[in-house]
Amino acid sequence: MNNSVTNTARLLGAGLRALLVLTVVCGVLYPLAVTGVAQALFHSKANGSEITSDGKVVGSSLIGQQGYGLDYFQPRPANGLGENSVNTQYKLILSGATNRSGDNAELIAWVKEAKAKVVKDNSTVDYKVRPSQVPADAVTSSGSGLDPDISPAYADLQVHRVAERNGLPVDRVRKLVDQHTEGRTLGFMGEPRVNVLELNTALKDLTKG
Amino acid sequence: MSPVLAGILQLLALIAALALVHRPLGDHMARVYSSDRHLRVEKWIYKGIGADPDTGMRWPAYLRGVLAFSAAGVLFLYLLQRLQGVLPGSLGFSSIDPDQAFNTAVSFVTNTNWQSYYGEQAMGHVVQTAGLAVQNFVSAAVGIAVAVALVRGFARSRGGDLGNFWADLVRGVVRILIPLSVVAAIVLVACGVIQNFSGIHEVGQFVDGHSSGGSQQWNGGAVASQEAIKELGTNGGGYFNANSAHPFENPTPFSNLFEIFLLLVVPFSLTRTFGRMVGSLKQGYAILATMATIWVGFVALMMWTEFAHHGPAFDLAGGALEGKETRFGVGASSIFAVSTTLTSTGAVDSFHSSFTGLGGGITMLGMQLGEIAPGGTGSGLYGMLIMAIIAVFIAGLMVGRTPEYLGKKIGTREIKFAALYILITPALVLVLTAAAMALPTPGNSMTNTGAHGFSEILYAYTSAANNNGSAFAGLNADTQWFNTTLGLAMLLGRFLPMVFVLALAGSLAGQKPVPATAGTLRTDKPLFTGLLVGAILIITGLTYFPALALGPLAEGLAS
Repeated sequence: MNNSVTNTARLLGAGLRALLVLTVVCGVLYPLAVTGVAQALFHSKANGSEITSDGKVVGSSLIGQQGYGLDYFQPRPANGLGENSVNTQYKLILSGATNRSGDNAELIAWVKEAKAKVVKDNSTVDYKVRPSQVPADAVTSSGSGLDPDISPAYADLQVHRVAERNGLPVDRVRKLVDQHTEGRTLGFMGEPRVNVLELNTALKDLTKG
Repeated sequence: MSPVLAGILQLLALIAALALVHRPLGDHMARVYSSDRHLRVEKWIYKGIGADPDTGMRWPAYLRGVLAFSAAGVLFLYLLQRLQGVLPGSLGFSSIDPDQAFNTAVSFVTNTNWQSYYGEQAMGHVVQTAGLAVQNFVSAAVGIAVAVALVRGFARSRGGDLGNFWADLVRGVVRILIPLSVVAAIVLVACGVIQNFSGIHEVGQFVDGHSSGGSQQWNGGAVASQEAIKELGTNGGGYFNANSAHPFENPTPFSNLFEIFLLLVVPFSLTRTFGRMVGSLKQGYAILATMATIWVGFVALMMWTEFAHHGPAFDLAGGALEGKETRFGVGASSIFAVSTTLTSTGAVDSFHSSFTGLGGGITMLGMQLGEIAPGGTGSGLYGMLIMAIIAVFIAGLMVGRTPEYLGKKIGTREIKFAALYILITPALVLVLTAAAMALPTPGNSMTNTGAHGFSEILYAYTSAANNNGSAFAGLNADTQWFNTTLGLAMLLGRFLPMVFVLALAGSLAGQKPVPATAGTLRTDKPLFTGLLVGAILIITGLTYFPALALGPLAEGLAS
């Protein structure tokens, strides 16, 4: 009995030593080496792909934002986004999805509400939006709640409203959307998309510039 | 180009990339685990451990190494989280509560990476990089080591020697996982994944053009280095709560496809390693074909149901885009969801709870197959070899012969170990799900009601016991009940099967090989692949059908 306790202790000691040595390799040397290379070669990307407007950082091109006024292009809903519940000395965004199923009553209500709002907001005097025109991404929340993009169809739908509210010709705004539409990578990867923050930053330059 | 066609092309691109890489990588891994030489850095590591890498181990000694190393891992990771509040480099984040720290420690050591915490608000730099990411490496290396030990059991005879656990562990990390991760991490940074050690960082926000803009607070972090091994080691624990849906973890359509490639590449390539080590590449191809058939079939089914988007909310919205990112779309999200649940990864680029009813069922069934197509790093191969033993046993019963596999007799002892292996996870999943449903309080954690609420709980135990780690994430799993029972499911679901695999390996290694005769079932032919696919689907189907009928099937057929 005593012997087996000693053996177990010896074995656990070996396990612990192995863990500590491998922690130095995988948990210290490896991340530091990757950070060194990343910071040297891809400085901007490694630090969050920040974009500036008027000399100020206005966010990351990768992180979608909520709260744009109706003068600007609207992002997707983000009903799954939260705020931190611990370590509240910070005000952190908690990424996340709604996790509602297709038959969930709340999700059905959100979609209905979002659709009605998209139709109402985007209908102008000489342009009426039909509910069937509203694409799915305009009324659903993304997986992260931080989706930086909308579909080209949703951007097109907003062109008339944005043009009217900013006193710009519709064609000028449509051209801006086209310039910011990114197709599938190599023609087949992912889906076509429009980055909302980049589009709105360009729009701001156009109206204020 | 239609989204469906784009989805199919992405699948084909993945198949091409895997076909290209699996040969050199599989051959490299076979050399790593067969070589007699030690690299200088490995010699230093062995000195640090105090182990002799050249001592052969019989199965009990090999198992003791696995268990001691894993126990040390749980203990260390638990303490690291409990002490976070006083550790420097932790952003001032407080310590993790005992039940959650236990759950997380077990989760990462067992290669599950179930997360009942929110990464961005709970875990500082030290716990993420020196705790969680380290287990991403070593738990994957342990999995491969056990698989290699089983392969040696088939390849060796009469000695009972399965190799040296410490050597297998260290080589897996130093010669396979670290080099691949360095390359992968740098590719990911080039796509836009962040890699820094900044603190919480306040940056401006656009808000709207009239006001001067507000601000938002961001986490920095060594995300790319962790993301690379998270996929490559089929771990799946995200740096952020949204996992690979978070743009800082997975910023572009290319990074998305690359991450799917990473999580599949080691398990698929190990079939080549297996073929090399047992001296017949064709045996490896038969296993590879089995895995690939199931994987492609599941992807096709998933794309079909997700593009068809049945379900009241999706019909209303005009597409199943809830929980999916614009840049990935339905096609790529379907490939990711199937790949992550057929391996033991559990990373997500879209949220499975908001898939269609049948789509959610496909993710669950993928895990319930035992994660063998292609499965986790190492665990996929040994799980599949167990199923191959069951398949030759069934075939042997049909013709009334003692079954053989790879020249080893599958006798009473061997089939007992294989049978115990395939009974463990279903027992854990079904018993714990039933207990959670029968008790009054666990149900309060559900976000959805009805069939989908049941699915949340069935998914949780399926994911934990099979060491996957993905979730129907509406379930609030940060309760004492779920932290504890899911923690136990992960522990037993990881280490009991390993006990039986190593015992089986020992028993096989002690046998003299039997020569193949005209009556031997050829296990390197398409017929065997067909038999194996059938055995896997029937065994899993019979086990889980009643539970699936109450959850995803009920939801899927109603809509």
